[in-house]
This record gives sequence, structure tokens and C-alpha cells, in this order.
Amino acid sequence: MDATGDEHELRQASAPAAGQPDIVRVEGLTKQVSTPDHDLTIVKSATFRVRAGESVAIVGASGSGKSTLLGLLAGLDVPTAGRVWIAGEDLFALDEDGRARLRGRLVGFVFQSFQLLPALTALENVMLPLELAGQAEAAAKARAELARVGLAERLGHYPRQLSGGEQQRVALARAFATGPKLLFADEPTGNLDSATGAQVIDLLFELNRENGTTLVLVTHDAGLASRCDRRITIRAGEVSAG
Amino acid sequence: MRRLALALRMLRRNAHAGEARVLAAALFIAVASVTTVGFFADRVQAALDRQANELLGGDLVVIADHPIPPSFFDRAREEKLARVETRTFPSMVAGPGGTSLAEIKAVGEGFPLRGRLRVADESMLGDGEIEGAPKPGRAWIAVPLVARLSAKPGERINVGRASLVVERVITREPDSVLDYFGLAPRVLMNLADLEATQLVQVGSRITWRLLVAGEADAIGRFDAAVRPQLSRGERVESVRDARSEVRVSLERAQRFLGLASLLSVILASVAVALAARRFSQRQTDGAAMMRCLGASQADIFALGAWQFVALSAIGCAAGTIAGYGAQAVLAHWLTGFFSVALPAPGPWPAVKGAVIGLVLVLGFTLPPLLRLRGVPTLRVLRSDVPVAEPSSLVAYGLGFAALASLVVWQSGDFKLGAIAVGGFTVALGVAALAGYALIRAVSRARAGAAGPWRYGLANLRRRTGASLLQVIALGLGIMAMLLLTLVRTDLIAKWQASIPPDAPNRFAINIQADQLPEVKSYFKDLGLTNPDLYPMVRGRLVRIGDREIRPADFTDERAKRLSEREFNMSWAEALRADNKVVAGSWWQPGSGPAFSMEEGIAKTFGVKVGDTLTFDVAGSRFTAPVTNLRKVEWDNFKANFFVIANPGVLEAYPASWITSFHLPAGREDVVSRLVARFPNLSVIDLTAIMGQVKRISDQVSRAVEFVFLFAIAAGLVVLFAAITTTQDERVFEGAIMRTLGASRRQMVLTQLAEFLAIGLAAGAVAAAGAVGLATVLSERVLGVPYEFNWVVPVAGLIAGGLGVAVAGLLGTRKAVDSPPLAAIRAVS
Ligand SMILES: Nc1ncnc2c1ncn2[C@@H]1O[C@H](COP(=O)(O)OP(=O)(O)OP(=O)(O)O)[C@@H](O)[C@H]1O
Ligand SMILES: [Mg+2]
Repeated sequence: MDATGDEHELRQASAPAAGQPDIVRVEGLTKQVSTPDHDLTIVKSATFRVRAGESVAIVGASGSGKSTLLGLLAGLDVPTAGRVWIAGEDLFALDEDGRARLRGRLVGFVFQSFQLLPALTALENVMLPLELAGQAEAAAKARAELARVGLAERLGHYPRQLSGGEQQRVALARAFATGPKLLFADEPTGNLDSATGAQVIDLLFELNRENGTTLVLVTHDAGLASRCDRRITIRAGEVSAG
Repeated sequence: MRRLALALRMLRRNAHAGEARVLAAALFIAVASVTTVGFFADRVQAALDRQANELLGGDLVVIADHPIPPSFFDRAREEKLARVETRTFPSMVAGPGGTSLAEIKAVGEGFPLRGRLRVADESMLGDGEIEGAPKPGRAWIAVPLVARLSAKPGERINVGRASLVVERVITREPDSVLDYFGLAPRVLMNLADLEATQLVQVGSRITWRLLVAGEADAIGRFDAAVRPQLSRGERVESVRDARSEVRVSLERAQRFLGLASLLSVILASVAVALAARRFSQRQTDGAAMMRCLGASQADIFALGAWQFVALSAIGCAAGTIAGYGAQAVLAHWLTGFFSVALPAPGPWPAVKGAVIGLVLVLGFTLPPLLRLRGVPTLRVLRSDVPVAEPSSLVAYGLGFAALASLVVWQSGDFKLGAIAVGGFTVALGVAALAGYALIRAVSRARAGAAGPWRYGLANLRRRTGASLLQVIALGLGIMAMLLLTLVRTDLIAKWQASIPPDAPNRFAINIQADQLPEVKSYFKDLGLTNPDLYPMVRGRLVRIGDREIRPADFTDERAKRLSEREFNMSWAEALRADNKVVAGSWWQPGSGPAFSMEEGIAKTFGVKVGDTLTFDVAGSRFTAPVTNLRKVEWDNFKANFFVIANPGVLEAYPASWITSFHLPAGREDVVSRLVARFPNLSVIDLTAIMGQVKRISDQVSRAVEFVFLFAIAAGLVVLFAAITTTQDERVFEGAIMRTLGASRRQMVLTQLAEFLAIGLAAGAVAAAGAVGLATVLSERVLGVPYEFNWVVPVAGLIAGGLGVAVAGLLGTRKAVDSPPLAAIRAVS
């Protein structure tokens, strides 16, 4: 099966991304883990699609399986059952390295806890994905990206010398540096106060618009979710796309 | 290439991290140590050889029973070697008061090329060194001849038809001890006078010698060129072939130096493994993040590997330079200590150092790199996702195999290498078990401890894995240092003391059977300990089994030469206390004819127990089986024999007796009276060769002491590396404790409790290991018995407990002193 084949079925007149191919397609995605006393199903047979250019919020209570789902979508973890296609590629038909290459090419990631490398400066953190992709002028691109998030003056600072909001902006610069088609964000404001969080979110949507990125965002903030085109709700592992 | 460039940039970013420095420092020390020893041993070895060559009178001697072919002289001239010719032959000499058989040696201009003769001073009581040899018309005679010929300096003696003036009395010649059996006292004269003696005629028993000396390389080339051209009756001798005592002590010297540098390599491998492990742990989250950003597993592996390779290149280059500098300092320091100039070192030690650095890095960083390679990407979302540890048995097995081959290669001696590797393996296993037991015991004891002490001991238990690693690494580090600082002095002292002060320093040879009772009582009357007298028969080995011996059949030079020579054989009823049977068994009284052979010579000739040997003694042959092989202590300066027969085999042949005895200083009169009473006796002075052996051991122990400094430095790096393994955790925990209101004192005590326990455990492990390894080393490798020294365990515990506690507190000062917030932000 190939993503473009089903295109006509998925057309939704109201959505801005209508007419676009699916960038993410999920079918029967299930994640089960075994704990000492019993088996736990964290994600139960999820099936949904995300079109290119769309912004989607994954919402749900704490512990409902949002991060697990996101991790599966990005190929950071392997499912117990089900399949995921990213830009038409069967994610789990690839091996670990194949998934890593796919991420390097197409996917950006923003975490709740920033996940900057403590040994690297802001500039070096942003340069890292560019360097890994073997791009020329990594430093110049990273500098420009940091200027876009308003941190042109903080290039040489280490993560521990930056505030949480600043660190998350560095993380945004890093995520957008390689020009990904798809951005996953796991509660990007979860560790920030509401004012700072709002600034980061504004920045995120702005960058998203400028780059034409597809955004898949995990949040339990209803306000934030409402800024997205569409919402996928997860309740104790049961996913209902809306 | 892209990865290399990126890795180098990453390395620059990681360079300030402790583990990168530990890795570079460990490699620096290992390589510096190996190259220092390499460069220096090269030079010392050459100098020792040359110094020992003084006993030969040259660096190399060509010996023949006919005139030396002119092509050999030409060859020596081409290599720009100093050359001198000598001829020796036995002859009667006549003086004013009598005649005696003497060993005449006519020497050319320039003799001796190496070393100096010692001659008696005017009072005839003392002696001193003298340059050169007799001028034409003069003769220098050995001490016994003064009495036998009644020829004092100034008087004339006749050698054949020549009349020479006695000028000096020789007390020691550089090359006289080399082949002293059956030698009459020396008359040294100038080659220019030889013709006048008219003794050189067809049929005279003359030995021609060509002595050469010069650059080691040139000597090597000369040796290589000449050996294949040797024909019947010609041979080449260098010091290595010479006296067993000197050979044994040179070999032991090499082992000591090998051992010294080997310890730094082993220690460095521990430090490299620790540093690489910490590198891998600290890069875990970074690796997961990079995977998330699209790096492949191969990328992660290559990036880490290139960083290690770059670090090792830096460490190796710096180490080689430092090694070269250190050996120059060392050589300068020893100037004047050697009687010869130290030759320049060759380039090989540098290559060797680089190979060792590379092997250490590749061998011991592999497991951590594999671990990093396998870090699951999911860790970016869930920090509790475990990282699969690669089967460390397989992975470190590789490093271990690499190290083992390195050690064997470096020690240049399979047995020594195997013992060192085996010793450390056993020590590792024992350290792991003992460490685990100790941690359990100590942490159980925490119930009785108060406050901070209890937390400290609880930490020990919580971090069992890391604590165990620390105990093992520290244990190995301290063990090596104990071995170096305490046991080394013990071992060297023992080795030096293995020549006891009353060791025999004279041989008396050529005693006839009918003189035995008299000689014995004479010794007794003189107040000298009752000497052991051994019968001696000279014979040539002609067959092994049914194989005829032809020198050309042997590839081994020693075998070749020995097969051309006559052996000194003896017979005995019982096994001497200083000989040990290592194969077969000693004979019972009344058993049939049998031989006992010295194990070294048996190996050279490929003789096993059960083989039959045929000897030719004075023209008649006899055959008997070898029933046992003996181990002989060559350096106890007693008369020893390669071949001993049981009673009833050799008695029919003409024999003379030999004895060795200790002549106290100032009792030289004993010798002159002995010789006056028994003119056929020859007494040989061994003090020169004993001095030689002593000097070699002194020189080597100094060199070893210096080289051990590297191993101590390596031990300190291990200490540092071991302590920093848990530093990050400590800093973080310290910050949390501070946040919760812990006082500085409480925190220090907590850390102290943990480090003290780890240190004591490591010290105990180290002391046990050091004693065990020292015993094996001294008994198996150096051949001296080890005496337990109680200082070792005490020092181990103190060094472990106090040293680790202090080093630990210093190392984790950050945990106590940083403001909590900074600490938490730095780590989380
Ligand atoms: N590997 C695992 N082993 C055991 N339990 C797991 C594992 N992974 C996830 N869980 C559990 O599955 C549930 C869902 O986890 P997940 O992190 O996806 O929740 P979440 O919706 O992101 O919650 P939050 O909003 O708090 O971040 C949790 O109860 C978590 O403890
Ligand atoms: Mg979550």
C-alpha cells in the first residue's frame, strides 16, 4: 500500500492541509510492555493519518501514553504490533540505522526537558545535526538559526548558563536547523512558566509556518491544543483521531 | 573523513573532560615508559655488552688454530674496526731460579682494545690498572711465575730463544678468566719478539686471535660477514658466549628492565579502560540524542573511536618525545658510571611505543564504544531505558589478549610475560571476589555506624558495581605500586646479595690425585673452610645417540662452538646441594654407567633424559645414557660441570682436581705459599668477574629504579581514574544533600566513610596480590627465594585507606564545595 493511493479518501475540505499527501500514516499501532506483575498495553491499536503541512495536537491525561506514541511515530522505539509510514516509508521495515537516517533527513524533535548536550555550547548544540548530516557551513547555518530564535548573543554559552526558556529556544533552533518536513514536540512548554511557554509556542508556530513543517505536538494544555489544526486524543492508550 | 573531522571537533569540545585527560595521560605514561626503557635499554645493553667485552679484550674475537685469514682483517678494516692480533701457546719458560710451563701470549700494538690489565705495584702488595701491554723486549708475567722462576721485575727470562726483561707482574688480564681451565700462568710479550723465540714452527699448538672493537652496528656487520666464512678450526666469540656468570647476570638485567616497563603498560591499560568506560557513560545521552538526530550506529562508533585514536596519537607522540628526553637525562646521569660511552639509541623503541599505545587504545576502548553504539534512541524520552552492556567478557577478552601479547612482546621473555599476565589475571579475579565480600561486610557493618558514616557505607552498597570497580582498579594500582616500591627493593637487594660475602673468589686447578690429602690439610692449616675438591676430566662429545656430532650440523652458535671444544666432566656419587635434578632422577649407588647433564647445555644440544652420549677422552671412547638433567646455579662462583658421570666411568682416565675457595682480603700470601708448595697448581682470581657481575647489578638497579617512576605515575593515574568514576554522581548527590541542609562536615564524613572503606578493601587486596606476585616473580623468574616482609601489607592498608581517602576527598572536592544549584544544573 502506498500513501498517495488513498489520497482521495482522506480529503477534508475544511483542513488547510487538504489535498496534501499523508506524511504520517499509522495503522494498528500497539505497544505492550511487561512489568513484573502484569503486561501493560500503553498504546492500543492506534490508526490515524497526518497530512503534510498540518499541525496536530496529541492530548491526554498524564500517563495516558502520549510520549510513548510520539516515540513510536519518530521511530525511537519499536511497536509490539502495527505499522507507521513516514513520507511513504515503512518505518519499521527499516533497521535502527535506517530509521536514524530517515530522522536525520525528515524529522525534528523538541523535548520537554530540552535535551541539549551539556558539554556543548548553544552554537555547537545547533551545529550537531548539521554536522551529523555532513552539511557544509554548519556553523553559519547554526548561527542564523540561533539568530532566528533571538539568541544571537548567546552562542558560546553552555546549557547550564541558559535559562529554561533559552534552552528550549536553542532546542527549537536545533530542531529546525536541518529544515525537517516533520517536527515532533513532546510537551515543549512542560518545564516552562506560562509566559515563557507562550513565547516558545509562538516561536514554534512561527518557525513552523515559515518552514512549512508538519507539526505533531504532545500537550495537555487545552489552549495550546486549540491552536493546532486538529487534535488526536489518547485515553489510557486508546487513540481517537478527531 | 567527514566523521574524522567531526570527531576531532567533538574531541576539542570534550578535551576539558577528565576522562579525555586520563586517557591521554595514561597513554603518555605507558608510551613514555616503554620508549624510555626501549631507548635506554638499547644503550645500556650496548654499554653493558661493551663493558662485559672488556673481559674479552675486544668486542668480538675471531679464534683459529691456524693463522687468521687475511680476508677477516680486510673486512675489519672496511668496517673501520680497531684490530689487534694475539697468539697464544704453551711453552716452558726459564728464569734465574727455575723453569715452569707457561701460557705465552704475544700481543700486537693496541692490546687490549677493551678493558685494562691490572699489575702489581712495586711493593707487590697492591695492584692497579695499567694502559697497554709490553713493548718489544719486555715481558709481563703472572704472579705464580715470580715464585716459580724466581724472576722479579728487572730480571731476564727466556722464552724459547728470546730473552725478555720482566717488567711487570700481572694480577689480572681482561680475558684470562674466559677459558681458564687447564691454563698455565701467563707470560705476556710483544708480537714483535715472537719470531725471535723460534717457537712458531709446524706442529706447535698456537691459537691465533683477532680482536676487534668499534661501533655496535659495525661489529654486527663484521660478525654477520665473518661467521658464514668460518672454516674448520675457526670460531667467533663475543661476550654473550663468554662466562656463564656474566651471561646469567646480563639476562637477569634485561628481565628487570623488561619487568619495569611492563608494569606501566599494565597499569596504563587499567587507566585506559576506566577512562574509556567513563567516556562512554558520559556520552550515553549524547549518543542517544545523536541517534535521534539521525546518526547511525556506525557513526556513533566511528565518532568515539576517532576521538580515542586522536587522543592516543597525541599521548603517544608526547610520550615518545618524553621517553627520548628521559633516557637522555638518565644516560647523562649515568655518565662516568659506565667505563664506556653509551652508544646512541636506535629508532625502534619509538615504533614500539606507538604500537603499544595503539594496541592499548584499541584493546580497551572497544567495549565502551560498543556499548555507546548500542545506546537505545528511546533514552531521549525515557532516561530509565537501560543501555545494553556488551558482553564484557568477549569485548575485554580482546583487550586482554592484546595486552597479554603486548606484555609478552615487551618483556621479551615468554615466561616472564606469562607470569605477569597470569598474575594480574589471578589478582583481578581474586580482587573482584575479595572486593565484593569486603563491600558486603563493610556495608553490613553500617548498622553500628553513626550519622554520616552510615550514609557513606550505604552509598558503598548502593553503588556495588561502581564500588567494586573502584576496589579492583585501586587494588591493582596499589598492588603495582607496592610491588614497585617495596618488593622491588627487596628483590634487588636479594639479587645483589645472591653473591654471598664469603662466596668463593679463587679457583685452584690442576691438583693431582696424590696431592689431594696434602692440599686439604694445607687449606685447613691456613684456617680456610674445608674446600670441596672435584675431579675433572676433559673430553669431547662425539655422539648423541647414534648421531655423530659435527659442528656444522648445529644452527645454534653456542652448540656449534661447544661441540668443537672439550668439556670439563666430573664424577660424583651424590648430588651436590647447590645442584637440582629437573628431569629424570639421580643415580643409585652401584647402578650402571650414567651421565647427568646441565639443563641449559642439554637444551642447546637437544639432549633428553634417556639419550646416550659418547665422549672421546684422551683418544678412547665410551658411551652411557643420560639419566637426569641438572639445574646449576652458575652465579654462585663454585666449580660446576656441564656433564657429571656416576662413579666407575671416568676414574680410569687422567684426571686433575679443582676446588674453589674464598680468600679473605689481605690473605694473598696464602696463594703464593700454596703455589710455592705445589708449583703445578694454578690459582685463578675471580674477583674481577665478581666485580663485573656486581657492577652490572648495580647499574641495572639504578636504571630500574628510574623506570619504576613511570609505573608509579601510571599507578597514580589509575588512582585518579578510579576515583573519578563516581564523581558525577557524587557531585549531584552532594548538591542534593546540601539542599536538604547537610553541613560541610557531614558531607565530608559521608564521602570519607565511603572512600576509607573502598581504600581499605583495595589495600587489603593489593597487599595480598603484591606478596603473591612477588613470591612468584622472585622464585620463578629471578631465581631468588622471597622472604615475606610484613611492611608490605601494612603499607598496603595505609596507602589504600589513607591514600584513597585523601585522594578521594580531593577528587570530589567539587561535590562538597560547589554551590548546590550550580552542581545540580551542571549534571542534570
Ligand atoms: N517501558 C515501560 N515500562 C513500563 N511502563 C512504561 C514503559 N513505558 C511507558 N510506561 C508506562 O506507560 C504509561 C504511559 O507513559 P507515557 O510516558 O507515554 O505517558 P504520557 O502520556 O507521556 O504522560 P505524561 O503526560 O506524564 O508525560 C505510564 O504509566 C508509564 O509509566
Ligand atoms: Mg510524556
